[in-house]
Amino acid sequence: MSGHTVEEIRGEIRRYWIIGLALFLLTAITVTVSYLDVAPGLAVFIALLIACLKAGLVAAVFMHLISEKQAIYALLLLTAVFFAVLMIVPIGARASIIPH
Amino acid sequence: MQIPYTVEARPDTGLYNAKLGIWLFLASEVMLFGALFSSYILLRTGDPGFMTIPHDVAEALGLHGEAHRWSDELSVPLAFVNTLVLIFSSITIVMSWASLRLKEFGKFRLWLGLTILCALGFMGIKAIEYSTKFAHHLYPETSNFLGIYFTLTGLHGLHVVGGLIVLVYLWGPGSKMWKTAPQRFINRVETVGLYWHFVDLVWIFLFPTIYLL
Repeated sequence: MSGHTVEEIRGEIRRYWIIGLALFLLTAITVTVSYLDVAPGLAVFIALLIACLKAGLVAAVFMHLISEKQAIYALLLLTAVFFAVLMIVPIGARASIIPH
Repeated sequence: MQIPYTVEARPDTGLYNAKLGIWLFLASEVMLFGALFSSYILLRTGDPGFMTIPHDVAEALGLHGEAHRWSDELSVPLAFVNTLVLIFSSITIVMSWASLRLKEFGKFRLWLGLTILCALGFMGIKAIEYSTKFAHHLYPETSNFLGIYFTLTGLHGLHVVGGLIVLVYLWGPGSKMWKTAPQRFINRVETVGLYWHFVDLVWIFLFPTIYLL
């Protein structure tokens, strides 16, 4: 990253502010939706969808995962697999796939 | 002894060692918070009364009428402000890194100083939130929901404090490295920045799942 030109870095800075603004707006939308009379299932879906979108923007731009080395992608792929297992445990328990 | 690959990339990974190190650490952090979120989902979906305040506790809190939810006892405005503070701190820390890359040390200190203020502000608001709960005799042992609330937000708060210590070091005594090994110092700021964004990322999920749903 340090090999970038001054112009490229200034371009990155503009992107950081745009993404920051988008994160503020998405947070405001999340709170607004929580005050609306929305069905519980839909409310969970919308809140998690916006959270995933915000997390994606932070990871891609602020953590510059959009242009990283192969080693980090491999590491995160492994992490995602194990994280998915953690999330499947409660779902599996509820669906009686995993005995209580 | 010279520590290898603090500035130049290792040929096999293409990364300087601290960067690979922080990503490995963050991977372990994903599992730590993932396990707690998994527990939260299991408890919440497994117990129909998980979110409901028992009648006697509700009466003691001055709540009358129909059933009340634990999440209604949490302050959404305070958590909303804290979310904005953390997002802003994510911008300021990445700005401090960009300033260093532009060789603007004064701006670096300004942006990192703002990040430190944001971290202090976040913890200050968190302290107000916690003290309100304690004043109403609401503790982790009061209910499973509050147990999860205090565990997740408390662990997240500890991460903010940990990051704050490193930020203050890099703003103060640690910044001397800028004169002796500038690229290594830039890498240090990038590394702590990655950690800080992760702390923001965890809060992005904590805020809706605990306060809003």
